[in-house]
Amino acid sequence: MMATAERTTDIGPPHYEKFLPPIIKKNYGKWAYHEILKPGVMVHVSESRDKVYTVRASTPRLVAIATIRSFADLADKYCGGHLRFTSRNNVEFLLTDESKIEPLKKELQTLGYPVGGMGNSISAIVHTQGWVHCHSAATDASGVVKSIMDELFPHFVEQKLPGKLRVAFACCLNMCGAVHCSDIAVLGVHTRAPKVNHEELPRVCEVPTTVASCPTGAIRPTTVGGKQSVEVIEEQCMYCGNCYTVCPSMQINNAKTDGISIWVGGKVSNARHEPMFSKLAVPYLPNNPPRWPEVVKAVANIVDVYAKNARKYERMGEWIERIGWPRFFKLAGIPFTKYHIDDFTHAGETYKRSAQIKH
Amino acid sequence: MSEKKVSTPLLDELEKGRWPSFVKEIKKESQRPAIKDLLGVLERSYTEHIGHWKHGGIVGVLGYGGGVIGRYSDLQEEFPAVASFHTMRINQPAGWFYTSDVLRKLCDIWDKRGSGLFNFHGSTGDIIFLGTTTDQLEPTFADLAAAGFDLGGSGSDMRTPSCCVGPARCEWACYDTLNACYDITQSFQDELHRPAFPYKYKFKFAGCPNDCVASVARADCSVIGTWKDDIQIDQAAVQAYSKDGVDIQKHVCDLCPTDCMSWDGSKLKIENSECVKCMHCINVMTKALKPGKERGATILIGSKAPIIGGALLSSVFVPFIEMQAPYSDLKELTEAIWDLWGEHGKNRERVGEFIQRIGLGNFLEQIGLEPIPEMITHPRSNPYIFFEEELGGDKGGAE
Repeated sequence: MMATAERTTDIGPPHYEKFLPPIIKKNYGKWAYHEILKPGVMVHVSESRDKVYTVRASTPRLVAIATIRSFADLADKYCGGHLRFTSRNNVEFLLTDESKIEPLKKELQTLGYPVGGMGNSISAIVHTQGWVHCHSAATDASGVVKSIMDELFPHFVEQKLPGKLRVAFACCLNMCGAVHCSDIAVLGVHTRAPKVNHEELPRVCEVPTTVASCPTGAIRPTTVGGKQSVEVIEEQCMYCGNCYTVCPSMQINNAKTDGISIWVGGKVSNARHEPMFSKLAVPYLPNNPPRWPEVVKAVANIVDVYAKNARKYERMGEWIERIGWPRFFKLAGIPFTKYHIDDFTHAGETYKRSAQIKH
Repeated sequence: MSEKKVSTPLLDELEKGRWPSFVKEIKKESQRPAIKDLLGVLERSYTEHIGHWKHGGIVGVLGYGGGVIGRYSDLQEEFPAVASFHTMRINQPAGWFYTSDVLRKLCDIWDKRGSGLFNFHGSTGDIIFLGTTTDQLEPTFADLAAAGFDLGGSGSDMRTPSCCVGPARCEWACYDTLNACYDITQSFQDELHRPAFPYKYKFKFAGCPNDCVASVARADCSVIGTWKDDIQIDQAAVQAYSKDGVDIQKHVCDLCPTDCMSWDGSKLKIENSECVKCMHCINVMTKALKPGKERGATILIGSKAPIIGGALLSSVFVPFIEMQAPYSDLKELTEAIWDLWGEHGKNRERVGEFIQRIGLGNFLEQIGLEPIPEMITHPRSNPYIFFEEELGGDKGGAE
């Protein structure tokens, strides 16, 4: 054991300045404008007319040491040993020599990391861990994302959409990927109440904490075989899985009934319309690994309908707001069900309370 | 150890196609026993349609309560090399900038200590070291400290703050997001490493209202850059956009949410007092328009994902704040919020939910902020007002 006194703690992250390329340091806070030159490539021009070229490539988020080392090698070869990552898990190389853009693009593409994801395109899908590493996942994350992006690939390497289209994926309602404000959100859902393991629960969980974890008050203390445990009022459960995170004896995962839902029309940017939540388009599709064809088809359909019908610069949610939800469901050919109607805390605010209806 | 052969017909399917394959990434490290077993567990999930990871078991490094997520396989006998396979969150440098040297250093540490798999980055912004055993946590931590890195947050603590690229490479940055992110992270190291809150508390620093880090949806404290004065216009550049085929009336003026712009074919006029700083016109004509010079940020509080009481967007607390180091105003506000929520928040209640429970009006009063109309979309429409004594009764009525 190392002596406690020798331990270095609470140093925080290294200072970012250590890692900034010289061109960035020199022009920090002095950028004048930028332009997207072609898909995945942009130039920022500073007040002193210095230029930095950004080449953006996708990664699968889950990356091997070997891959990070190959990115480091590319950074050495093309941009003085500097690179950065984006909030959507893309890698960006910052070049000062315009003539190196194409050779770098080629190397990235050869390695399997396509260049794109800028402007009116579909950038990489932000996502969660899924079956690779999570306890409460209702589905895999990486596999669904890979399957969807294989299909939407042309939209990553081109910029032909009316506006930006941000897709996000979360494998359960915890939403580590915070998908709730995305143009298209793909969300793993549990659809059955948790199964209580009465044998194990008294040993590993606190009953009051487990009871308090339920947002709808569906969990009650009970006694089973003389031991303290809990019971679930199944009609009151909406499968959020919060109890399972608090108490592992409340198994929520279910191979037969877990699945995937699709939500549309959210955004976080303030451009034109204020930020919006995504709203339910498809309540449930089955878990169908390894390619999730039903989910891929549904997402691609929504992208196509949007691409065909939205006006220039309109985001998904702005477009739907203009045409109205009845028309969205009609154009997308998605059946509207009772599950689309909210029944949680502020449900009443979502009922249509006017006679303004298109016929 | 005998040579283990893993058959992964379902996962192999995901090596095909044009999008980068996570299966290929995992297989790049498949000389490691843990990766062979990870592939085995994952293939099983693909076959059975269910996950095979358990949570629980408190693991971590000495003196810290956060930064490590304990993870165990529920198929321990079949896949012993991932019986424990913990995640470590490493606090990223602000803006996610790296040198090749420092990346290689991180690779060397993880080569020796863990699975060889990363997330660059996790959802909150940390570098994720994906999978190691309990006995490797402390040595990994020591190696990281020697390389100048520290752990990020997890559990009921301040989570690792993150920021957009900011003034490092963006002309729209209305304050220094990297500096603010670094300063707040360093100022609250104890809150980051030792969970003492009712639940998590996230900071995200976005340089402008485009909000590239989704702070309004994903941070308990969303700091969104903005400006107070006039949008900077280069009229010659506007005309150049028009000549290049941009329909300025249709694609700029008509899409302005407050209808505060006009275009007569040669000059773009903006009624700046009506502008809500949405960024649309600036986004369209990057060479012609820029945010004003009197720059700062709007502070919004309380966003979160659905668990537990439903998803929330952050709401306005401070319409405009100058974001200058050492960020004393932001820190003061933060400490006032933490004091109140820390004392009265319920277990696993995010600050946004707490505010809804006690009411924004009461919350503001407790932390000493004046209520102002910028904080709401409209005043209440219901008449169920809880009047306090000083309004009606003894002190009320005519003088």
